[in-house]
Amino acid sequence: MIEIDRLSKVFRSRDGADVVALEDISLTIDDNKFITIVGPSGCGKSTLLRLASGLIRPTSGSVTIDGAVVEEPRQDTGIVFQMPVLLPWATILDNVLFPLKMMHREEADSTEQARHLLGMVGLGGFEGKYPRELSGGMQQRAAICRALIHDPNILLMDEPFGALDALTREEMALEILRIWTNQPKTILFVTHSITEAVLLADRVVVMSARPGRIAEIIDVDLPRPRTFEIEAHHEFQQSAQRIRELIFGNRRG
Amino acid sequence: MNSNNPPSASGNSSSATDAADMPKIGFWRRSNLGQDVLLPIGVFILLLIVWEAAVQIFTIPVYLLPAPSVIWTDSIALAGPIGEHTLATLRTVVLGFIISIVISLPLAVFMTSSPVISSAIYPLLVLTQSIPKVALAPILVVMLGANELPRLVITFLVTFFPLVIAIAIGLMSVPAELLELGRSFKASKFQELYRIRLPYAVPFIFSGLKVAIALAVVGAVVGEFVNADKGLGYLIITATAFFKTPVAFGALILLSIMGIVLFQVVVIIERIFFPWSAASQETAIA
Repeated sequence: MIEIDRLSKVFRSRDGADVVALEDISLTIDDNKFITIVGPSGCGKSTLLRLASGLIRPTSGSVTIDGAVVEEPRQDTGIVFQMPVLLPWATILDNVLFPLKMMHREEADSTEQARHLLGMVGLGGFEGKYPRELSGGMQQRAAICRALIHDPNILLMDEPFGALDALTREEMALEILRIWTNQPKTILFVTHSITEAVLLADRVVVMSARPGRIAEIIDVDLPRPRTFEIEAHHEFQQSAQRIRELIFGNRRG
Repeated sequence: MNSNNPPSASGNSSSATDAADMPKIGFWRRSNLGQDVLLPIGVFILLLIVWEAAVQIFTIPVYLLPAPSVIWTDSIALAGPIGEHTLATLRTVVLGFIISIVISLPLAVFMTSSPVISSAIYPLLVLTQSIPKVALAPILVVMLGANELPRLVITFLVTFFPLVIAIAIGLMSVPAELLELGRSFKASKFQELYRIRLPYAVPFIFSGLKVAIALAVVGAVVGEFVNADKGLGYLIITATAFFKTPVAFGALILLSIMGIVLFQVVVIIERIFFPWSAASQETAIA
């Protein structure tokens, strides 16, 4: 369980002024739930994810995972960034194994595990290729495998499909749902896409900007497994419409 | 538009749609033999013929501009000694180059380890570069003695600056996300350097090495001009003193060949040991 308690983060900008990125965020996330975080640019959703990962420290408040306050990156957390950031000098297989190497957790069956993950995302046969030989979507799939290799309980995804074209993006959304069904884990997924947010989530956290606050949390009770056909569903439309209102509402007219 | 470009040289580098379109990472680049090799050789031979003919027709004195044939025969006549001079220069170039690498790499790592250290050292580096090395050479001979040491020091001084800068830029241009990724796996500072920063800097290091190896030849010759009893620089000084211009030209040509060969050695080392680095540079140029 992840408990976010009155979390705030203030950055000092270059001219010395304080910028409040997040203010008073409180949120409780049950195990194996798919949470999407959606909001306008500058609402601090990436900051929230970085705080949850332990990469940065909060100004006040805390993130607690299974009773322990997050003070540094944890081994049970996997991260996927917007860009694949694969190592250009390593093969796809070595890229996936990279976290284990860094954490000195490489075991006899690690390679087999990596191959299995790559096969699962349709990259079987590409183990020996270099990142530059793969398309953007394929690179991001490899990056997802890398985040899964140490079998984390929590997966943090910071606009993971943001740099992909629309078609690849839809394909990847279904892919991540499939992975999540096979290997249940808590996923925090930051996105700009309202459709993506509703399609994937058990709960959508809608944020507002300056300062970053939670505007509303929307529970999505649509049946699973989901495909894009669910977009026609009445509740899907309702949820998406509600998010749109929250984000654009005060700008209308 | 060059006909031998890979088909996917589009502007969008991150999202190639088809893996087969990507340039191959390999030892040999695909090249068009006729255009890339035969054409420049043809032009070069033509130039030699014009040179030879001009010297003959205008009866230019040999001490002013020797004909290619005279350079060849005079140099071959001294093949033994010239070989020794070449080896002496080669030794200075290679040793100076290696010293430069051995010092530049840790220096660049040290410099990029913190902004404070960087701002403390960087102006000093620039200062060493503003000193004309040719002017420094005789002073170094007085300080270090009339032996190989001042020649090595000059070679080092000429080569290390571009190398340090190239390595430092490489170490600094690691994407923030890659470093965050390392931190998320609790990478130590040493792991970050060894597993992320240094490998990332390899293409930068090699572009620095390519500049440095060419400069190393210059440094060695400057050192030999000032103080040496062997070496191609020394040979040029003594040969011109006796108006043996063909021999000086021969030494000059050998120096150029040495520069080209050493440069290619660096290129080949990169292709063999860091094929991904060589490949990334090829697409950057294409």
